[in-house]
Amino acid sequence: MIRFVKHYFEGIANVEIYPIISLLLFFLVFVTMLIHVLKIPKKNIEEISNLPLEGDENNNNYE
Amino acid sequence: MEKEQFYYDNKIVKMFLIATVVWGIVGMTVGLMVAFLFNFPNYMEGIPWLSFGRLRPLHTNAVIFAFVGNGFFVGMYYSMQRLLKARMFSDLLSRIHFWGWQLIIVAAAITLPLGLTSSKEYAELEWPIDIAITLIWVVMGINMIGTLIKRRQRHIYVAIWFYISTFVTIAVLHIFNNLELPVSAFKSYSVYAGVQDAMVQWWYGHNAVAFFLTTPILGLMYYFVPKAANRPVYSYRLSIIHFWSLIFIYIWAGPHHLLYTALPEWAQNLGTVFSVMLIFPSWGGMINGLLTLRGAWDKVREDPILKFFVVAITGYGMSTFEGPMLSFKNLNAIGHYTDWIVAHVHIGTLAWNGFIISGMLYWLASKIWKTKLYSTKLANTHFWIGTLGILFYAIPLYVAGFTQASMWKQFNPDGTLVYGNFLETVTQVLPMYAMRSFGGTLYLTGFILLAYNIYKTAKAGSKVEDELVEAAPLKQITARRIAGEGWHSWLERRTVLFTIFATLAILVGGAVEIVPLIVVPSNIPKITSVKPYTPLELEGRDIYIREGCNNCHSQMIRPFRSEVERYGEYSKAGEFIYDRPFLWGSRRTGPDVHRIGGKYNDNWHFNHMFDPRLTSPGSIMPRYPWLLTDDLDVSTTEAKMKGLVSLGTPYTQSEIDKALFLLRNQAEGIEKNLRQDPEFVKNYGDANMQDKEIVALIAYLQRLGTDIKKGETAQN
Repeated sequence: MIRFVKHYFEGIANVEIYPIISLLLFFLVFVTMLIHVLKIPKKNIEEISNLPLEGDENNNNYE
Repeated sequence: MEKEQFYYDNKIVKMFLIATVVWGIVGMTVGLMVAFLFNFPNYMEGIPWLSFGRLRPLHTNAVIFAFVGNGFFVGMYYSMQRLLKARMFSDLLSRIHFWGWQLIIVAAAITLPLGLTSSKEYAELEWPIDIAITLIWVVMGINMIGTLIKRRQRHIYVAIWFYISTFVTIAVLHIFNNLELPVSAFKSYSVYAGVQDAMVQWWYGHNAVAFFLTTPILGLMYYFVPKAANRPVYSYRLSIIHFWSLIFIYIWAGPHHLLYTALPEWAQNLGTVFSVMLIFPSWGGMINGLLTLRGAWDKVREDPILKFFVVAITGYGMSTFEGPMLSFKNLNAIGHYTDWIVAHVHIGTLAWNGFIISGMLYWLASKIWKTKLYSTKLANTHFWIGTLGILFYAIPLYVAGFTQASMWKQFNPDGTLVYGNFLETVTQVLPMYAMRSFGGTLYLTGFILLAYNIYKTAKAGSKVEDELVEAAPLKQITARRIAGEGWHSWLERRTVLFTIFATLAILVGGAVEIVPLIVVPSNIPKITSVKPYTPLELEGRDIYIREGCNNCHSQMIRPFRSEVERYGEYSKAGEFIYDRPFLWGSRRTGPDVHRIGGKYNDNWHFNHMFDPRLTSPGSIMPRYPWLLTDDLDVSTTEAKMKGLVSLGTPYTQSEIDKALFLLRNQAEGIEKNLRQDPEFVKNYGDANMQDKEIVALIAYLQRLGTDIKKGETAQN
């Protein structure tokens, strides 16, 4: 697919830096999010994912 | 901790539920009416407000904003209260939201058939209704955020994040795409012109799919699939990743609707890259939804609600695979303008949206009316009829799409087109259109069964509208508790901040795409021979918009050998700088008309509008006899020109002062041309055709795409 993109970008000065910046940006955002997500304790995850299943009459606030 | 007693508001859920069912039937029926027009173009003969170009926007608006919109509100009002353990912030706001939204739908159902339209797809409604939508949307937002603030549950479940992102993004999209200058009570011109207008429109159009037909439905999925399956979502971690990556990437993908058009290439490429990336979050979400049913597959066999959900999520997976594929330029070159796109869209709407909402409605009916569903068997029947309906709808249109694309592109060895007459490529697929209508009929029949089933359930059920519950209020958070918590949990607790972050995530993509196009003039090269429309052509263009011609005819010739051979020189960005709004279209049921100017004489257009089958036997275009009898309204011509001047169209003061004189002059010229045909003189000799709408439309059509030809002659 790259052939559709390539010739256009060749005209921009210092274009090499663009993909590097984008890659870094994405990498950072995603990795930060991933690390954070993986770090949430299992207990919390279970608690939150069970929120919809709490019976309407039976409201414990899990605090 | 002391528990508080409070009531859930079930009445608002019930109201939206009924509205969803009613509008669902209306929207799908209009869709069916439109589908029948392909095979029986004459069956609504001569009724202006029932012609294809006016009904098609009514269908799309009705199913998107009335059916799916109300469906989302049903689930949102039900699940938010329960997930947050709080009644909605304000009953008054809930009611204003409900009645306001229904009034907007009614206004749409009246204005669109009247031809009051801005022509931008899924944003056709004119400016007064746009303002009403903004106000009601804000009312909904205040109600949502207010409920979040008074919640009794610390954590905000993922479904609600999707609701919040829906609220903020639709607000941003709606406002920016509908920036327009009113010139009369129901007519306005877009503040953007040509390429910029196209870019903003498809940034909107694509993200309307993303944030009106996807994120709210994902929210519903994350709540109602676990509810119906009675087990938590497969991976809550995955849902967090799903959410942030989806909203961040989706917003960039709009330009894939404009590949190979006159849009600057950097913008097209950006659209392609992000569209391809979109498959990851989309499939992450799909897998998360499907795997929620792990260990419950035996239930799927018996429970119609779970069946609906399984097909819905599968449909989501199919259309989010197809979307990125269609964003590759080589596949887009085949699919764009064909029925492939229509099939693709309907997998998303019929399967994904329609079936999540149907499953949810069945589930809610028994909860809201506190009784068993009237008939599980009937719900099962609905499921099977509906699924068959989807197949009968989509498969013929896939076939039709590929047939069209290959017929459009085939060359003879001598370099001429094999199917030089566009009409051949239309009549070839008519049987497919008939099958599509059959599929649509099945789907609607299924949905009517749902309406009956829910009506019977409601009749047998309880009338109680408020549900008593109790829950403890939120405790003050102690410093000890916060210690060591992740930033996401911290963020989740801060509703307003969370909303701002989500807004920022979507604004970045929008800004990077749109700002350069608007501020960097070199992105749209000027062509000196391109001039503004004359007063008569301007009025003709507004008739073209009123009749919704852009629903079937594109005005964008892509730079392919097959298109240049068929239609003429490919379209340049600089040719559209006076087009407010742009009219590139997205589907070629009929041929492209960008270079129609000068191709036929005025009499051809006259006869063609009176009855397309006179000039093109076998055509499925509707007749427009009223254009020949209705007087052209010139009362706002000057106001329109003044409005356009303030937006940047270079009309001179004397042109505006002489507008009506210029208009009459040109109209007389066209009547003179028409009178060269003895048939015309015999039939319409005393009709004063120069005062009729048809003359303006002919003037516009004859102007289309001719400016650059003038440039060539001047240079020679």
